[in-house]
Amino acid sequence: MSDPQIIMERPAGMVHAALRSPSFMIGLVLTLLFTVAALLSFVWTPFDVTQLNIANKLKSPSATHWLGTDAFGRDIFSMLMVGARTSIAVAIVAVGIGIVVGVPLGLLAAARHGSLIDEFVMRTNDLIFAFPALLMAIMITAVFGPSALNAIIAIGIFNIPVFARLARGAALSLWTRDYVLAARVAGKGRTLISAEHILPNITNLLIVQGTIQFSLGILAEAGLAYVGLGTQPPLPSWGRMLSDAQTMIYIAPNLAIFPGLAIVLTVLGLNLMGDGMRDIFDPKLRRAR
Amino acid sequence: MLPFLIKRLISLTLSLLAASLVIFFVIEVVPGDPASFMLGLNASPDTVAALRESLGLNASVPLRYWQWITGLVQGEFGISYTYKVPVGELIADRFWVSMPLSIYALTLSTLIAFPVGVIAAARRNSPADVSIMGVTQLGIAVPNFWFAMLLVLFFAVSLRWFSAGGFPGWEAGFWAGMKALTLPAIALALPQASILARVMRSSLLDTLGEDFVRTARAKGLTHRQALWKHALRNALIPVLTIIGLQFSFLLAGAIIIENVFFLPGLGRLVFQGITQRDLIVVKSVIFLLVFAVILVTFLVDITYAVVDPRLRRRSA
Repeated sequence: MSDPQIIMERPAGMVHAALRSPSFMIGLVLTLLFTVAALLSFVWTPFDVTQLNIANKLKSPSATHWLGTDAFGRDIFSMLMVGARTSIAVAIVAVGIGIVVGVPLGLLAAARHGSLIDEFVMRTNDLIFAFPALLMAIMITAVFGPSALNAIIAIGIFNIPVFARLARGAALSLWTRDYVLAARVAGKGRTLISAEHILPNITNLLIVQGTIQFSLGILAEAGLAYVGLGTQPPLPSWGRMLSDAQTMIYIAPNLAIFPGLAIVLTVLGLNLMGDGMRDIFDPKLRRAR
Repeated sequence: MLPFLIKRLISLTLSLLAASLVIFFVIEVVPGDPASFMLGLNASPDTVAALRESLGLNASVPLRYWQWITGLVQGEFGISYTYKVPVGELIADRFWVSMPLSIYALTLSTLIAFPVGVIAAARRNSPADVSIMGVTQLGIAVPNFWFAMLLVLFFAVSLRWFSAGGFPGWEAGFWAGMKALTLPAIALALPQASILARVMRSSLLDTLGEDFVRTARAKGLTHRQALWKHALRNALIPVLTIIGLQFSFLLAGAIIIENVFFLPGLGRLVFQGITQRDLIVVKSVIFLLVFAVILVTFLVDITYAVVDPRLRRRSA
């Protein structure tokens, strides 16, 4: 840790590895594209998505409306930009819930390996795992009504055991390392060791898993919005755009194409980036594959 | 084997109890008074009181929970508030759409993923492997309901090979029913097959690097023989886990896909239950699906122990 050469070399080596990893670079570009579109939508979209213009409805793609217009005459491109915002926001908060709750639980379980707390945390995880995110969302919306917030909660709860298991598994192997033993001999408590020695060493794993869960979150949000359990109108969301398009699939099939492509490209970008990062963080894996 | 089975059975029962508690808590305790929730804001106090009476809501919470689970054990889910018929009957009809759909999709997914994964692993880094990895990467990113819409556009709207949705019922004959479930099953299966093929590939690559495979090669088996005789069987354990996990995703995913194709399955039932605020229907369907997920996990555990005797001793 105190070896300056290692600190100097590793980040540079990683950047180099990143630049040479095609999957990471493609993933990064796709992800940046959608992030920029989402951020830009706060200040500018080609057309106002809250303005309905029925006379202008169901236009094919043209120079004015790059991707055409929907049944209410709204510009599809602008709606996709605002939809990106919704998707990203829901997925980020849901992953955040998973990390903030799941990681400490996992670290705690590992620090008290074999204790009742460990058993309790793991059994609760198993229980949450038995409820697919969609069923969780259905239960929550049955009682509280559909909203983007409830979608976030449902996806977030589902993320908790994912991060708890990951953190516990990785932490358990670190607890047997010499430097942890040294810290224990030096009189450090389990909490301090978890925070100072375990957590920094599992950050890479958490970032990779976070990226994967982020992409799953975007898929889940789209699915929930599609069946009407997530984001509610008038807020544009990719899932809702698809469910609106479905009723007009015979008249305007192109409405069904673009929101789906947006979802696929975003999810693909995040997955490629996650895979790329996994290889970059773990050079052994890079050589093996 | 017996101590192992008993231990697993106890944990199965505990999981089911815990799951039922969670469902009961969220649906019946969180909303405060389920009767006034179901009737909405404009209901008269008399109507609410009558519904409370007929749902047995005047009993204490633990007693209501006890009555619910003892009913479940006897196969009685309660009476649907909107349909006025036993929920068990509603579920039984729709179960025979959702369950065949999930099994159909799981079969398709396994049939596709297995050879694809084996080919990719056997010819690692070949053009075949690279394109398989690319296509599956894409398959994972495609939302199944969008893929379903594309299938409808292509096979129903353009080619007119299939109808865009609906279900004729099994009375119309087995093949008519299967035909109606084919597009939905493909939509569910392909994204899952992508995941499964990748797991199959990496698991097989791991075992191909093991010592016993090298020994098999050293004693003169060809690469192909070593793969089929030794590596494949050992690569199956992680694949089995994913198949088990996928079944629960397929059951839940079927809920969405049923909506794309207007199939009268459990998914449509539960969404109708939500819009009509029929908590009894929602509660029962959710429990049934969670029950199925837990049961499948249990069965996968048992299968492991049959496949790999080491696991029996370790867990018992």
